[in-house]
Amino acid sequence: MTSVSKAVEDTNRRMLRARDAMDRAYAEPLDVPSLARVAHVSEAHFIRTFRATFGETPHRYLQRRRVERAMLLLRETDRSVTEICLAVGFTSLGTFSRTFRDVVGESPTQHRARGPLAIAPTCFTKAWVRPSSFGEAST
Amino acid sequence: MLNSISISQIYVLDQDEALDFYVGKLGFEVGTDQDLGFMRWLTVRVPGDAGREVLLERPGPPSLDPGTAEQVRELVAKGATGGHLFLTTDDAHTTYATLKERGVELTEEPTERPYGIDFGLRDPFGNHVRIAQTHR
Repeated sequence: MTSVSKAVEDTNRRMLRARDAMDRAYAEPLDVPSLARVAHVSEAHFIRTFRATFGETPHRYLQRRRVERAMLLLRETDRSVTEICLAVGFTSLGTFSRTFRDVVGESPTQHRARGPLAIAPTCFTKAWVRPSSFGEAST
Repeated sequence: MLNSISISQIYVLDQDEALDFYVGKLGFEVGTDQDLGFMRWLTVRVPGDAGREVLLERPGPPSLDPGTAEQVRELVAKGATGGHLFLTTDDAHTTYATLKERGVELTEEPTERPYGIDFGLRDPFGNHVRIAQTHR
């Protein structure tokens, strides 16, 4: 194994740790400095490296994580859109609605009208129901 | 036609470290640890569940060419090889606390699901492990 490859492994593992932190603490006010600390890299390096590793910026990943949680809550609960917006980590209803529509292709209310989801292990639902940012799953 | 799943496999990047983790921290026991000459055949199992083992395989030559092995290692490290293990426990909260004490990288706290209470963790390499206390 080359030392370059070993370095890539180490970097990938640290980026995965930061991504896990976003999956876990998505509802908290996460910022780049704290995530960069989880990954043990500088802030500028973190954004660039995360994108190279996972194909999107950490900000975009976190948005999709939050929107995925919101999609579930919209379809599985009776909580209001505002409540759900705050529960998944957005601080402004305007940003939430805009981001939701941008990512999902429909408004939160339209999405709610789709009704409840089928049951599967939650970690898989999380990974597979999450709206794609790569263009192929837009509705 | 078929009877059971006897062995399934995940990639680990270091078999000694894998033993420390799966046996030393998660509480698996060694099924087989044998040097076959061309590879170290290393399996672990949950105590009391002798019929089902997990092969802890190291990606590398000659099974994989060096370039491919590097790619696999890099994918394992970013959690992209699908090395998932789903385990069960009688008490998710106690098991979580025990693993936390042992310094395991826990990714999600015990959470109520439709099927029970479960939580998540990573092995040292990037594989994804979930432990569930399922409704009976």
